[in-house]
Amino acid sequence: MRNKIAILVSSIVFALSSTQAVKSESITLGWAAWDPANALVELSKDFTAQTGIEVNFEFVPWPNFADRMLNELNNKGKTFDLLIGDSQWIGGGATYGHYVKLNDFFDKEGISMNDFSDATVYAYSTWPKGSENYYALPAMGDALAWAYRKDWFDRPELNSEFKAKHGYDLGVPENWDQLYDMCTFFQGREIDGQVRYGAAINTERGSEGITMGVTAAMYAWGMQYENPSKPYDMEGYFNAPNVVEALEFYKKMYEDCAPPGHSDAYMVANLDAYKSGQVAFQMNWYAFWPGVSKEDADGRVTGFFANPSQKVSAATLGGQGISVVNYSDKKDLALQYIKWFAQPDVQQKWWDLGGYSCHKDVLGSPDFVNSAVYAQGFLDSMGIVKDFWQEPTFVELMLPMQEHVHDYVVNGKGSAKEALDKIIEEWVEVFEADGKL
Amino acid sequence: MKNKIIHKAKGLSDRAVAWIFITPTLLLLLAINIYPLIYAISMSFTNFYANKLGREIKWVGLKNYAKILGKEAIWERMQITASFMFWTLLLQAIIGLSLALLLNKKFKGNELLTTLIVLPMMLSPAVVGVFWTYLYNPQVGLFNYIVNFFYDFGSFDMIGSSTLAPWAIVIVDTWMWTPFTMLICLAGLRSIPNYLYEAAEVDRANRLQQFIYITLPSVLPFLLLALLFRGIENFKMFDMVVELTSGGPGSATELASIQLKREAFEKWKTGYSSAYAVILFVTIFGFGNVYVKVMNKIKDR
Repeated sequence: MRNKIAILVSSIVFALSSTQAVKSESITLGWAAWDPANALVELSKDFTAQTGIEVNFEFVPWPNFADRMLNELNNKGKTFDLLIGDSQWIGGGATYGHYVKLNDFFDKEGISMNDFSDATVYAYSTWPKGSENYYALPAMGDALAWAYRKDWFDRPELNSEFKAKHGYDLGVPENWDQLYDMCTFFQGREIDGQVRYGAAINTERGSEGITMGVTAAMYAWGMQYENPSKPYDMEGYFNAPNVVEALEFYKKMYEDCAPPGHSDAYMVANLDAYKSGQVAFQMNWYAFWPGVSKEDADGRVTGFFANPSQKVSAATLGGQGISVVNYSDKKDLALQYIKWFAQPDVQQKWWDLGGYSCHKDVLGSPDFVNSAVYAQGFLDSMGIVKDFWQEPTFVELMLPMQEHVHDYVVNGKGSAKEALDKIIEEWVEVFEADGKL
Repeated sequence: MKNKIIHKAKGLSDRAVAWIFITPTLLLLLAINIYPLIYAISMSFTNFYANKLGREIKWVGLKNYAKILGKEAIWERMQITASFMFWTLLLQAIIGLSLALLLNKKFKGNELLTTLIVLPMMLSPAVVGVFWTYLYNPQVGLFNYIVNFFYDFGSFDMIGSSTLAPWAIVIVDTWMWTPFTMLICLAGLRSIPNYLYEAAEVDRANRLQQFIYITLPSVLPFLLLALLFRGIENFKMFDMVVELTSGGPGSATELASIQLKREAFEKWKTGYSSAYAVILFVTIFGFGNVYVKVMNKIKDR
């Protein structure tokens, strides 16, 4: 009997110790809950197979993503070993010491930033901008782009009606004026017995939605946040006449082209509006295009194009780099993951599974452009991307922009110039408090 | 040893025993209620940012308070909050009392009906916020359909319009919390002794007179209590409105508590938002106190 008990006890002890051994060989990765995250889960199985290190994931829905993750970082939380944080967080991540500086690690492991697309290294990895201090490895390239109902565009009767009205063919719009023409053409039009609308555009108030939409227009109108030769000098730049015009145009787009009730919409709402056949266009991130493309059925054919130009070619930057959290107890395991992830063949598989690799070998491969209908657009976009402020104070800068732009575009309060002036006023306050002005 | 303790305990006065029992609670209260309050007050005089830990914390005196009280945007939020409170409390008082009067009559299915009416109150505010966004959808929403069924206003967007959005949140809050005022009023009505009405009938008082001179005075303290609870709750209303409108369009439904959350936990202006929180606390505390005094006076009458 005694022996039996001894065996039982020792087996329990063994079981406990072995589960602990497994536990210590695991890392946790945090990201947003969206399509590419599922691809990453799939991809990471290879990492576990090769190294025996389990990867746990915690994905947070986009509206709460920044809140959840930035709280975690500010509290020096140990939940995450790896974080695929949004591009704008890099300033704070570096300045407040949330992210591990990766230069020495890259040098030691022979990981070269020259192997990654220059725009993505600049956007996702460096702080201060343009320096060679790396706090992340470019993980997911992304930009704001457009999807449209190619099947409707290809209908001869619609095309001839459009051409008679506007003098050119229905097709990928060359600029925002054409985009507007096409959107208004579909607004309220009955196709196959259902009323359709122009475009599902970003109008969300709570997090970053409307900013990520309106800047797509502003960048195309050549907006600059600040005086290029005098940092943080925004007067006469951010509220210049071209920016006012862009903001007014976006309001016109919202009023004349959006489906009814599209007043607080971002990624998911745009996808839903498109999926239910309400709209001819949707604005969204490249990250969703593999999913949208796959869902084409019942005659729906989707075409994709990069953000149209107006005065210049430009697109709103999305996407993220992968960083090691400074408060993690398993930084060495996390670094192993980054080393593995940086390999060209893993990057190729990442693209194949639906993630957007930033590796030059993948993007430059002769098969890349033909590997997906949106691949060329992605390449074009990544060459012209611009991002919101990446300052450590970026949330403080984002909130007034959200408020005043939403107040003008959706709420119809005041003028475009007034909205921009108010934003600058609050931005000046933020930069003054931060000692930048 | 055991006997010694028992002996000692027996020698304690009632007051001492009371203190022994109450001390743990008191300490807990001090630790989780009073200490944070004092800490927040002291923070409110600094330029502290909870996300910039290496930064030197400077004493700024009353600067935060001056800044908040001088800011037009803050007063706008206060007005939005005040109007939200005014309309929700008014509607909930009127509808809650009317429902209570109806349900106070004895009829078949009375209990079932009460349970059904009370249902909205049992839902989570966040869930209510989310599903009302669907009800308010201009294309497929049930709310818009019902309104247009009675009078065709055409397409309208409750959440996207700055004139309608404040009413959208008032309607949802009223839908959800009227049952609460109703329940408390119902308790008040049931506590009115029948002989008062019998005596009134003997005195030939008509129905209206009975309502004004018996029902209303008896039920008023209950109604006021319900409104006190609702007032405090709605002053700090957050979840339902965030889910419904995110404070939009623009800032048309951004209540003070939503703005406070954004300043405190998104911008991380800890010092500034502590001052804001203190101002809100003093406001509701002041109002609450005055209200309770008035309520007690009415009760005494």
